Order: sequence, then structure tokens, then C-alpha cells
Amino acid sequence: MTDEDVVRVAFTVNGSPYQLDLPPRRLLSDALRHDLRLTGTHVGCEHGVCGACTVLVDGAPMRSCLIFAVSLDGAEITTVEGCCAPDGGMGPVQQAFHECHALQCGFCTPGFVTTVTAYLRDNPSPTSAEAREAISGNLCRCTGYQNIVAAVVRAGEVSSTGSATGTEEA
Amino acid sequence: MLAGLGADAKVLAGGQSLVPLMSMRLAAPADLVDVNHLPDLDTVEVDEQVVRVGALVRHSALEHHEGAHGAVPLLRQALRLVAHPTIRNRGTTVGSLVHGDPAAELPAVLLLLDGTVTLRSVDGSREVAAGDFFTGPMQTDVRPDELAVAATFRVPQPGSGTSFVEVSRRHGDYAMCGVAAVVARAGGRPSARVALVGVGDGPVLVDVSEATSGERVDEQAVAGLVDAAIDPADDIHATADYRRHLAHVLVERALHEAGDRAA
Repeated sequence: MTDEDVVRVAFTVNGSPYQLDLPPRRLLSDALRHDLRLTGTHVGCEHGVCGACTVLVDGAPMRSCLIFAVSLDGAEITTVEGCCAPDGGMGPVQQAFHECHALQCGFCTPGFVTTVTAYLRDNPSPTSAEAREAISGNLCRCTGYQNIVAAVVRAGEVSSTGSATGTEEA
Repeated sequence: MLAGLGADAKVLAGGQSLVPLMSMRLAAPADLVDVNHLPDLDTVEVDEQVVRVGALVRHSALEHHEGAHGAVPLLRQALRLVAHPTIRNRGTTVGSLVHGDPAAELPAVLLLLDGTVTLRSVDGSREVAAGDFFTGPMQTDVRPDELAVAATFRVPQPGSGTSFVEVSRRHGDYAMCGVAAVVARAGGRPSARVALVGVGDGPVLVDVSEATSGERVDEQAVAGLVDAAIDPADDIHATADYRRHLAHVLVERALHEAGDRAA
């Protein structure tokens, strides 16, 4: 197989269907950023350690830098762009990160938002210890984790009360 | 297809070990064979004797499989220590076995539970016992034309208690040392066995039955048996001496925890 060969793959991203002809070596992270121009997904270490590229595949958080896009035919993918409120405003996790000052440079934030969104679906009201465990696979190099842990707990509250502006996620 | 591609081809399942190796240019297979769309490989089968895990079963699926947990609690005890949940959502249990990292948890579980790996090629299929499967660091008995289609974990004898404990620098990292233990007191023959990771070329099985009796563990005798079996190495994460120390402490801890859980 030469580099010019492409494989057709169809999946949805944030609810929109896409059909793409991609080289089989194209990582999902690169397909999202370069082919679909969804640059909310960030690429940090490119070997699965930092968590910045985390997206949801059929609802489960996965490293988009460790998956070839052509492996995901038929999958439903959610990126950070899909974690917003129905009206396009901040989703509950984003709202909580905003309230708790859980980001500074924001590079790692998309990976946290996707990871936490999936985690809260299974564990709607985590303790601080559970929140810390939930984000153990994501690295942040500036804010520090205290505020991020607080934001995960807060996001649980925001989701369950629906008190975030414009959200009906409860 | 693997038969036609030769030794430079690699099978891609979860890709949570292989793709990082490729990203870091430590591996450069000529061909990748994606098996994610093959049918019938994503099932977990449980009966009274074994838990059989198909090649496409993700770590997280096995971790949360109630039937598998009921039959072999050691699986969940070990799987919760495999990397992070995000990695477990994609990585496969059989893939981890085939990868054969000497610090990985699942090879120790397979070895401790007298498990086997099923390998299939165009010429037929064969079962390889865990003791023969792990042939060296990152090396296993899979031939280039073979696909590992399943792993079979034997259910320990009734009343057994198990435990998996490890110490790593950071949560979710590879362990500097880890220990799986199975202790059986009831039945005809009381036994205590441990399998260690991170202290040899592969998982190291040690039968410490002779150094335990009932609820008593002769710690010095156990340490002697463990020392004779392991061969820890120095690296940037830990010295060999520290790994040896961890092995002693963790074996003791795992034996006590498994003992407490045994009937």
C-alpha cells in the first residue's frame, strides 16, 4: 500500500455525518483537526500520555492520537465542540471549569472536558477523591489539579441541578 | 492475510501499546492488519471452569463484566490497575498479553491462573500455556502468520482468595513492581502462589505454599523463595534493590489480602 492510497470511512462527529477518503495512516486526531478543521481537539504528546486529544467514541473517552481514523467506520464521535449546551453556550462541564478557574492556558482543557463529560454520565455526583481518579489520565502543566478537581465536583452539581445557563442536561 | 504478509506485519487491535511505539519510531511495521471489524472476537464466555476472553474485548468491558468478575475476581482486581480508564476503553486484554510487557498486569494474571492463549492461522489453531507463551521482554510465542484469537483464564478452586497490588510512580503508570496472589485454604491441598511483574523478563510465578500454613505466613521463607525467582533490573524509575524491596513488601501484602478473602 503506497502513501497515496486512501480508504473510505464514514462516521459522525458531534452528530454530523462525514464520509472521508483518508490515508490509512491518518490518526483520528489529525483527521479531526486537518480534514474536518475541528481544532478544539488538541494534540500534545502524540503517544497517549497527556490526554489532551481525548474524544468520545460511541460515548467512551479514548485517545484520538492512538486510533487510526479508518478504524472507526460507523462510530459516533464527540469532540469538545460537541460538549456545549444545546443553544451553543457552555455545557455543564465547561461552565464548571469557568466557575472554578480550572484552566489557565487551556491547552489541556478539551481533553478534560470530554473525559469529565463521559465520567459524570456514569457517576453524576463524584467525591473529590473520585474526581481525582477520574482525571488521572489527563495532564495539566499550569493550573494545577486542585481547581480541576473542584470543577469536576461542581460540574456534577451543575448537571444535576441544571443551573448552568442554557443547559438542560439534568 | 497474515500468512501472506510475513514477519514485518503487525496486528492492530486496540493500538494502545503499538501506536505509541510507532509514534516514537520504536516500531515501524511494514503492514498493519486492523482486526477491529472481525466478527465474533468481542465476546466474554464464562463457565464453571474458565473465563474465555476474545481478542477484541476491551479492558474496560472485561473489567465491568459481572460474570467474569464473579468467576475470577482477580481480573477486575488487576484490570483497574491497567493504565487509565481512557486507555482501557480502547486497549484489549488479549492485545496486552501478546504485547508481553514485563511490567504489564494481565500476563501475571494469565500465568497465575494457569491460563492459555489460543492462536489461529490458516493451518489451524493451537493452545499455548501461559508458561510457554511469554518468551522474553515484549516477546511471545505468536508466529508471524498467527492471530491470537482468545485468552482463557482458569477459575481458581472454590474458596480461593485473590489479590493484585502494585506500586507505581504515578497513578496509572507501569508498576515498578506488582504482585498477583491466589490463596486456597479449603479443599484437599492448601496452596499459596504469587506472580510478580516488573522484576524479570516477563511475569514470574512463585509457589510459596511451603512457606505458608493456614493463616500464618512465614515471611522470611516467602522472601527467600521470591528472591530466588526474580531478577530485577535498574532503570530510571527504580533501582534493582528497590524493586527487590517492593517485591518482598507487595508479596506479603498480596498474600494477606488474598488470605483474608479466602474461605
